[in-house]
Amino acid sequence: MDTNGSLNGNVPDGPLAEKWDNHRFNMKLVNPANRRRYKVIVVGSGLAGGGAAATLGELGYNVDCFCYQDSPRRAHSIAAQGGINAAKNYQNDGDSTYRLFYDTIKGGDFRSRESNVYRLAQVSANIIDQCVAMGVPFAREYGGQLANRSFGGAQVSRTFYARGQTGQQLLLGVYAALSRQVAAGTVKMHSRTEMLEIVLVDGQAKGVITRNLVTGEIETHAADVVIMATGGYGPVFYLSTNAMGNNVTASIRAYMKGAYFANPCYTQIHPTCIPVSGDHQSKLTLMSESLRNDGRIWVPTKEGDPRGPAEIPEDERDYYLERMYPSFGNLAPRDIASRAAKRACDEGRGVGDTGLGVYLDFTDAIKRLSLPVVQQRYGNLFDMYEKITGENAYQVPMRIYPAIHYTMGGLWVDYNLMSNIPGLFVLGESNFSDHGANRLGASALMQGLADGYFVAPYTVGNYLANQTPGDYSAESSEFTQAAQDVKDRIHRVLSIDGKRTVTSFHRELGMICWDYCGMARTDQSLTKALDLIPALKEEFWENVSVPGGGDELNPELEKALRVADFLEFAELMCYDALVRKESCGGHFREEYQTQEGEALRDDENFSHVSAWEAPRNGGRPVLHKENLEFEEVEFSVRSYK
Amino acid sequence: MDLTLKVWRQKDAQSTGRIETYQVSGIIPDMSFLEMLDVTNERLIEEGKEPIAFDHDCREGICGMCSLVINGKAHGGFSGTTTCQLHMRKFNDGDTITVEPWRASAFPVLRDLVVDRTSFDRIIQAGGFISANTGGAPDGNAVPIPKPDADAAMDAAACIGCGACAASCPNGSAMLFVAAKVSHLAHLPQGLPERGQRVLDMVAKMDEEGFGNCTNHAECEAMCPKDISISHIAKMNREFIRATVRGD
Ligand SMILES: Cc1cc2nc3c(=O)[nH]c(=O)nc-3n(C[C@H](O)[C@H](O)[C@H](O)COP(=O)(O)OP(=O)(O)OC[C@H]3O[C@@H](n4cnc5c(N)ncnc54)[C@H](O)[C@@H]3O)c2cc1C
Ligand code: SF4
Ligand code: FES
Repeated sequence: MDTNGSLNGNVPDGPLAEKWDNHRFNMKLVNPANRRRYKVIVVGSGLAGGGAAATLGELGYNVDCFCYQDSPRRAHSIAAQGGINAAKNYQNDGDSTYRLFYDTIKGGDFRSRESNVYRLAQVSANIIDQCVAMGVPFAREYGGQLANRSFGGAQVSRTFYARGQTGQQLLLGVYAALSRQVAAGTVKMHSRTEMLEIVLVDGQAKGVITRNLVTGEIETHAADVVIMATGGYGPVFYLSTNAMGNNVTASIRAYMKGAYFANPCYTQIHPTCIPVSGDHQSKLTLMSESLRNDGRIWVPTKEGDPRGPAEIPEDERDYYLERMYPSFGNLAPRDIASRAAKRACDEGRGVGDTGLGVYLDFTDAIKRLSLPVVQQRYGNLFDMYEKITGENAYQVPMRIYPAIHYTMGGLWVDYNLMSNIPGLFVLGESNFSDHGANRLGASALMQGLADGYFVAPYTVGNYLANQTPGDYSAESSEFTQAAQDVKDRIHRVLSIDGKRTVTSFHRELGMICWDYCGMARTDQSLTKALDLIPALKEEFWENVSVPGGGDELNPELEKALRVADFLEFAELMCYDALVRKESCGGHFREEYQTQEGEALRDDENFSHVSAWEAPRNGGRPVLHKENLEFEEVEFSVRSYK
Repeated sequence: MDLTLKVWRQKDAQSTGRIETYQVSGIIPDMSFLEMLDVTNERLIEEGKEPIAFDHDCREGICGMCSLVINGKAHGGFSGTTTCQLHMRKFNDGDTITVEPWRASAFPVLRDLVVDRTSFDRIIQAGGFISANTGGAPDGNAVPIPKPDADAAMDAAACIGCGACAASCPNGSAMLFVAAKVSHLAHLPQGLPERGQRVLDMVAKMDEEGFGNCTNHAECEAMCPKDISISHIAKMNREFIRATVRGD
């Protein structure tokens, strides 16, 4: 696997624009009549997993798909609001495959693999066509053409949307395709089923161990290939915009079995979320970034200004994004907008009861566009804001603050989206592949569907073409051992019978991660986190209290197993952040910044993917580097001024 | 705020359930309803008691996982609000609140407030899709779709599949859920080739799953957290009649 000290991404030869086409032609095919003899496991039913399961089912493979919710339609892709990018250039505003590719590389702060990003931009247009064919009701203009909006980090209008519910509509499209395959008998859906272990036979991924969340039964599933598309690990910070059940379990279990975890420290903080209101808070709600198209962000110029927003005159307001980044203004990329908000609050200019908030003001937009237009564009978001805060944002400006939103890090995969474990493919947010150190808005939905609909069905087929179907046995010792390990883990956590609830551990872990590995990181803060996390982990295994038993529907047990895995993972994330001695994208090390406080990259020493191998006998994880080579684009300092 | 909670507790699908009463104090108006239940559960665990099981995931009103009949109304009965979006500022200090699971014969209780809604999945599997394989789709702008049609499709497609409609219907009918999907796809040119078979198959499946008939109570529309209009039921009835007359 290691060549010249660099992990090999198996990128095909040839010019960037032709790689995917050539590769598709060179890949092996499985004879249609043979496909049903291959069993495929897909863990996850979001855009990535659901898309892959449905498409592989259509091709005739024998698919088993898993999700922990009661229905595949509830995967957290459903929550995406703003939109999905595609290089269609319907607006004739200068967009192209190359521009979307370039924007994504630049937005990712030159920390992603060129070839993967180019492919993503290439297939983006097919995604829109496919979704339209499947009945996704994208917004339309009066002439019947598809509508677009612009989104943070881009100067063209290439974002397709379905009101403020784009993720919902795309996922329901995937769910429909998946349901059709369930009816056709090619996909068997296992809802309320959680994967707790991966099984390797002779170094190849051959199956998973799952827990039936209703009966508690530990089940064994063997297959020719395993695909994981289990979403992001945002809830390692406890509070995030993710769903309560988002977890790192599948990825960390694979990591413990030898899969490399890439760039775990690349986490994205979204600038426009509703601020925390108190200790009871269980999750944070995103206000779509599209609001930044028309809303203006500001704080008072004076520290600790006690006046309400309406009493603060124009010349005592600081529209800091417009001031600092005149060409992008309120549409500056997420990491930049988030840090600017933190800086304003650190200076004592934050608003609201906690002082951890900035205004997002629509007064000018309402004057310019009229109230009905603003209502038409953002009505559902204003309603959502009112439900949560009890405030009417047409009258008083919204208060927003950054929150953990997306995780760019994930399991390492090559160009084929296969991990370093043969037969284990990883798609969607759970891989590390396309967004480098920072993801641009409306690009995750694009990646999920690209991976699921258009990439994995080819590359998985290529892998299977070299395998003999059915070359596994769920009765083999590898499976029985893995199932026993899972039972032991469950037994262990249930028998501690300590004093502290699972949630109290989760909350404490989240605070550590947010305070010391959040928006701004230092050598000192990360070292501190690396002291605190192992101690918390130790306490967890001595003092957690998990009521109930293993053979029943037991939400506390589900949480406990996830939190145990977050505790393992948090250390890896902080360690990665510690050794990446540069700032890039979402990873901001205070020691490495320009005079103006912008991220300072170190291309000479850190232009690589950090892929971590689990320590074999305790100690620190082992680093494998994949050097990033840029043939098409030149390094430049990201500037949004 | 101090509250009295009367909560349905049921060990599993086989056991019989009962209402139990809990006193909870120190609830603040900014908490969501589910956060209030979180606080209650933390205290139950600390007292060595079994916490209350309930379904939830996104906690922002879009995944459709949360349920709960609150004071006799699905999702609490506040307009356009799912249980997870409901905040305690809608209640008063000293209130007694009853919390029960969805009640419909096609949604059996699995534990406490958690029910089995896989019947909805099976209805979609019966025909709630457009048969377009991945690959080879024409350009997204090849067939223009008038904005009013796209908007009407989106109105129906906003359904989150929560089941409040069936849970609040006196007949336990799933008409609103089924109609939302039929109407979504019938408003789009891409959905037309299969429109007849789709409505027949989905309605047949709905009956088979044990959902009741629609007798126009309109409770579903009143309780739907996504304001899905019963006009979609009328649309579905027209689709159904059309398909029957044509012999689709
Ligand atoms: C509030 C919000 C708004 C967003 N808005 C946008 C946007 O406007 N545009 C954009 O491009 N992106 C947006 N994103 C990001 C985007 O939605 C996600 O990155 C993307 O949808 C992830 O898709 P996925 O298929 O990888 O994972 P998910 O959709 O999260 O699916 C994960 C699946 O894995 C399953 N699973 C997880 N663990 C296990 C396990 N151990 N066992 C069994 N099953 C398991 C789950 O049940 C689920 O089915 C947003 C994200 C959030 C949180
Ligand atoms: S129609 Fe309304 S109440 Fe019924 S499932 Fe859909 S969103 Fe829920
Ligand atoms: S928890 Fe997702 S809709 Fe309520």
